[in-house]
Amino acid sequence: MVTETNIGGWSISQMAQKVAMDIQDGAYVNLGIGIPEMVAGFIPEGREVIYHTENGLLGMGKVPEAGFEDPELINAGKKCVTAIPGACYFHHADSFTMIRGGHIDVCVLGALQVSEEGDLANWSTGEPGAIPAVGGAMDLVAGVKTIYVIMQHNTKTGESKIVRQCTYPLTGKGVVNRIYTNLAILDVVGKKLFVRELAPEVTFEYLQKLTEAKLERYSDDTN
Amino acid sequence: MINKVVHSTADAVADIFDGATIMISGFGEAGSPIELIHALIDQGAKNLTVVSNNTGSGHVGLAALIENRQVKKMICSFPRTANSTVFPDLYRKGEIELELVPQGTLAERIRAGGAGIPAFFTPASVNTPLAEGKESRVINGQTYVLEYGIRADFALVKCKVGDRYGNLIYNKTARNFGPIMCTAAKTTIVQTKTILEPGEIDPECVVTPGIFVKKLVEVSNPEEESKLIADNRRYPW
Repeated sequence: MVTETNIGGWSISQMAQKVAMDIQDGAYVNLGIGIPEMVAGFIPEGREVIYHTENGLLGMGKVPEAGFEDPELINAGKKCVTAIPGACYFHHADSFTMIRGGHIDVCVLGALQVSEEGDLANWSTGEPGAIPAVGGAMDLVAGVKTIYVIMQHNTKTGESKIVRQCTYPLTGKGVVNRIYTNLAILDVVGKKLFVRELAPEVTFEYLQKLTEAKLERYSDDTN
Repeated sequence: MINKVVHSTADAVADIFDGATIMISGFGEAGSPIELIHALIDQGAKNLTVVSNNTGSGHVGLAALIENRQVKKMICSFPRTANSTVFPDLYRKGEIELELVPQGTLAERIRAGGAGIPAFFTPASVNTPLAEGKESRVINGQTYVLEYGIRADFALVKCKVGDRYGNLIYNKTARNFGPIMCTAAKTTIVQTKTILEPGEIDPECVVTPGIFVKKLVEVSNPEEESKLIADNRRYPW
C-alpha cells in the first residue's frame, strides 16, 4: 500500500460542502457527531432542511450564544444546541420510530472503515480493554433511507479505510450509499464502488493505488 | 382520594429492594433524576440492574450509585461519556456487567415492555456482533433480529411539571427516555420541578398520563450535573 501522498485533496470544509450540495430541499436529516455536524453550515441558500437529533428534537438549530446554553436542550453528542421556531420534542421511542420507520431522508456519519459492498464499521475497534459503546448508529444505518459517510480517505498512518472487507466490528452490512473523502466521492452501487468525483489533481489510478477496495469507473467517466 | 405526591425523595425511594431492576431516565445529564438517585444511594439497596442510556459522569448521580457498588449490571447503549471513569474502571476490572443495546432497540424494548409486547423483530444490529446468538427471521426478504421487551420493578424519572394524579410534562430534550420508562415499571417514581393542581395542566398537553405514575416528589431546584462535575463534587457530599 502506498502511504506517502503529496495530494491533500479537499479540506474537511470542502468535503462537508460537497455533502451539503447533495442534500435536497425539504429533507429531514440526521448528522452524526463531529465532522458530519459541519454539513449544516454549507446547505445552499434557498434549501430548507430539518435536522433531527435522536435524543428527541426535530428542528435543531445553531449552537447557542455564550450564556444562553440550556443543559436540557442538547444534541446526540450531548452538546448544547437551540431549537428553531417550529421545532418539536419527543421521547426516544418516537425518535427511533422516525429513524427505523424510514422517515428520515439522509444520515451523515463518520466511519472507521467502509467496505466495497457498503458495509460500515464505525462504533468499535474491538480492542481489548476498550469500553464498547454503540449509541444509535446501528438503528440509523438500518432505517434511514440514504446513508452518506464523510471521512478522511486513509488513516493518519496511511492505511486504507475503504477496504475489501471490514476488519472492525460492523455497524451494518451493505448500508452505505455514498462516501465523501478528501480525495474523492464514491458511490456504492450493486456491491461495487464507483468513482463519482475526484478531488483536484487526483487521478483514478492514484486513487486506486491508495485504496484497498477495487474501484470502478462509471462507463461515461472521462477522468 | 388519589394523591401520588410524597414529601421527600427518601420516602419516594424507600421501597426499592436489593436485586431490583431500575430504569433511570436521562440522556447524559438531561433528564437524569439526580436527587432520586442520591436518595437511593442514601437508602442503600444493592445488586441492582440499572437500565439507562449512559452510565453517568464524574462522581455524582448515576456514576455515584455505581461507585457506591450498588449496581451489578448496566443495560445501556453508550456506557462511556466525557468525564465518565467510574463505570469504565469497574468494567475493565470485571466488577460490573454490561448488556450493550443499540439505542433505538433499547428504547423499543422499554416501549414494548410497557405496552405488554414481550418481543419484536428489528433490523438494527443484523450482521453485527450485537446480534450474535440472537434468534433472527427473514420477513419479506429482509433479516430481522428478535429483541425482548424490558420491564422493571422501579423507574426513576425527572420531569418539569406534574399533578397529584401523576400527569406529567417534561422539559425540552430532557424528555428522552422518561415517558417510555414510566410505562414499563411496576412502580414509577418521578421528581418534578413543580406540582400543579389537577386541571391546571391542559389535558391536550399531558405527555405522560397519570396512570403510569405511582409516586411524585417535588424537587424545585434540582442540581445540574455538569456544574457539580465542574466543581469536583462527589456524592455522598
